[in-house]
Amino acid sequence: MVWKWTGQSMKTYETFEHRADIGIRGYGRGVEEAFENGAKAMFSVMVDINEVKAQESKEVSCDAPDMDYLFVEWLNNLLSTSHLSGMMFSSFKVEINGNQLKGSAWGEHIDKGRHKLMTEVKAATYSMLKVSEENDVYVAQCIVDV
Amino acid sequence: MTGIPLECKVRNMDIKSLKKITDYIWEMPAEGEMRVPGRIFASEALVEELDDNVVKQIRNVACLPGIQMASIAMPDAHWGYGFPIGGVGAFDPNEGGIISMGGIGFDISCGVRTMRTGMTREDIQPHLEKLSDRLFAVVPAGLGSEGKIRLNEQQIDDVLSGGARWAVSKGYGLKEDLMYIEEGGVMSGADPSNVSSIAKQRQFREVGTLGSGNHYLEIQYVEEVYDEHIAAVYGLYKDEVVVSVHCGSRALGHQIGTDYLKTLAEASRKYNIAISDRELVCAPIDSPEGRKYFSAVCAGINCALANRQVISHLVREAFSGVIPKARISMLYDVSHNTCKVEEHIVGNKTKRLYIHRKGSTRALGPGRKEIPEEYRSVGQPVLIGGTMGTCSYILAGTETGMAHAFGSACHGAGRALSRTQAKKKWRGDALLRDLAGKGIIIRAHSYSGAAEEAPGAYKDVTAVVEATHNAGLAKKVAMVKPMACIKG
Repeated sequence: MVWKWTGQSMKTYETFEHRADIGIRGYGRGVEEAFENGAKAMFSVMVDINEVKAQESKEVSCDAPDMDYLFVEWLNNLLSTSHLSGMMFSSFKVEINGNQLKGSAWGEHIDKGRHKLMTEVKAATYSMLKVSEENDVYVAQCIVDV
Repeated sequence: MTGIPLECKVRNMDIKSLKKITDYIWEMPAEGEMRVPGRIFASEALVEELDDNVVKQIRNVACLPGIQMASIAMPDAHWGYGFPIGGVGAFDPNEGGIISMGGIGFDISCGVRTMRTGMTREDIQPHLEKLSDRLFAVVPAGLGSEGKIRLNEQQIDDVLSGGARWAVSKGYGLKEDLMYIEEGGVMSGADPSNVSSIAKQRQFREVGTLGSGNHYLEIQYVEEVYDEHIAAVYGLYKDEVVVSVHCGSRALGHQIGTDYLKTLAEASRKYNIAISDRELVCAPIDSPEGRKYFSAVCAGINCALANRQVISHLVREAFSGVIPKARISMLYDVSHNTCKVEEHIVGNKTKRLYIHRKGSTRALGPGRKEIPEEYRSVGQPVLIGGTMGTCSYILAGTETGMAHAFGSACHGAGRALSRTQAKKKWRGDALLRDLAGKGIIIRAHSYSGAAEEAPGAYKDVTAVVEATHNAGLAKKVAMVKPMACIKG
C-alpha cells in the first residue's frame, strides 16, 4: 500500500481493529504531526473529540531511546495528564528534538452532561507499535489497552 | 510501506502443527529457541478458533530464561501483549528466571470477588429494580467517575502496604472477609516507595470505583449445581443469590504498568535478555530492577484488593437500604492478572517459582496452605466471569491442575469479535432492551461501552468452562445467571 498526502480530504487519524483492544493511528506531513494526530485518535476512543473545546492547555514532556518508544511515552504522558487534571483533550502540538519531546494538549474539564464518554484507555502499548514514513507521509500507530 | 502491520490480521492456527496429548491437551514441541514446549488446554473446536498470534506468543514465552515445564495457554486464550491473555508462565529465580510485564499486564490484579447474600431469587426479585438503582448510585463506575474516599500520598502508601486489611481497618467491610481473599487480603512483598508519585496521585479519588470496559458488578442466582458436596462447602445452593464484582487496580495499576514498561525495556537491554517481542520486556527476578518491579506489582495487587473490599462495603450499604435482612458474606476473591511466588513440584523437586498468570485464574488444588481452612479439603474456589446476559461459573482447583498448569484455570470467555465489530453489530440501547426482555436489568453509564461488551462479542463461556473442566484444570461446582448488571 502506498500512502500519499492528498491534503484536506485525507483523514488525519483513525482507529483500527484488534480482537481484544483498539488500534490507534495518526498521519502527518511530518513525524510531529503524526504524533499529534495519533493523540487525537487515542482520545477519540474515550470521547467524541469534536465536542471537546480547546479551552485550556497542559504541557507534556518526555524522552525515549527511539521514535517508536517516544510515541508510546507521549501517549502515556497524555493519559496520566488527562486523568490527573480531569480533562479531555482534542487538539495537540508536538515538537521533537532528538530523543526529547515537548508537547501541548488543549481541551477542557470533563462535563458528563455534555461529553459523550466512551471507553477508558488504560495505556498505550508496544503492540503493533510503529512510526514510519513513505512518500513524505508519516504514520504513528499502536494498540491501546482498554 | 513495507514492514508496517497495517491491520491486525487474524488467521486461525494450523492444528496439524500441534501434538494431541489428550482430547484437551495439545503440545507445541520445543523447537529452535524454545526452552520448554508450549501447552494448550482446550477442546479441538477451541484450538481451531485460536489465532496464530496466540501460537506465536506461546512460543515467545517458551524462549524466556528460567521458564519451567511449559509455556501454557488456557482454553480462553487470545492475542495479548507479550503473553497471550489466558497465558501462564512459571520462572525459577535460581535458573536465571525473569519477571515480565507481558505476563501481568496493565490491569494488575484484575479479578473477581463473589459474595453470598443468604437470600433466594424469590426473595430478591421484587426488590431488584430498586436494588439495581441503589447499586448504580452508590458504586462509582465508568470513565471519569470518582470514589467517595479522598486520600493523600501517605494514605495511598497505607493502601499499597495494607490491601484489603487497610480497607477493613478503616471500616470498609468485616474482619472475617479477609480470610476469603487470596493472601488473607494483603500481599506481603509490597513496597510503596517503588510506585511513582504520578501512579499514587492517579489513585487519590479512585479507591472503590469499578472502572469501565469489561468490568462489572452483577447480582446473580445459582441456576445449577454440578457438585453438591463442594457447593455445600462453599455455602452455595440452587436459587441462592450472590453478588460478583469484576475489577482491578484502576489507574494506579495502569500507571505502574506504564512506568515499568520503560524500566523493563532498559533492563532487557542491560541484561542482554533475548526477547522476540518488545512487549515481553523483563528483568531477572534476582536483579535490582526485577525486585523493584515485583514489589510494585505486589503494591498494585494490594490496591486492587482494597478497591474490591471498598466496593463490597458499598454493596452491603446498598443492600441494607433495600433488603435489610440480607447478610452479605464472602465466598472468595481471586485475581487473574498477577505474578505470585508459590511452591510447585517440577520433576521431583519442590521449587519456589514466580508464577505469571495473565488472564488466568489461580486454581490451587486440595490441601494447599494458601486455601482458607474451610475450603481446603475441596480445593480453592475459582470464579469465572461470563458476559452480561450469559452466565458465570464457580469451579474448584484440582490435583491435575496443580500437576499440569501450576494450579491455573481460564478467566472468562475471551473476546471473539473486536470492539469496533461489536459496535457495528449491536446498538447499546437496543441491546439493553433485549436483555431487559430476558429479565436482566442493566444499568450502564455508556451505551457504546455496553455495545462493545455485548454477549455475542465473546466466545461461549460455557465451551471455555467445559474445556477447563474436561482438561482437569478445575472442577465445575455451580453455574450462576445474572439478574442485574452494573457497568461502567
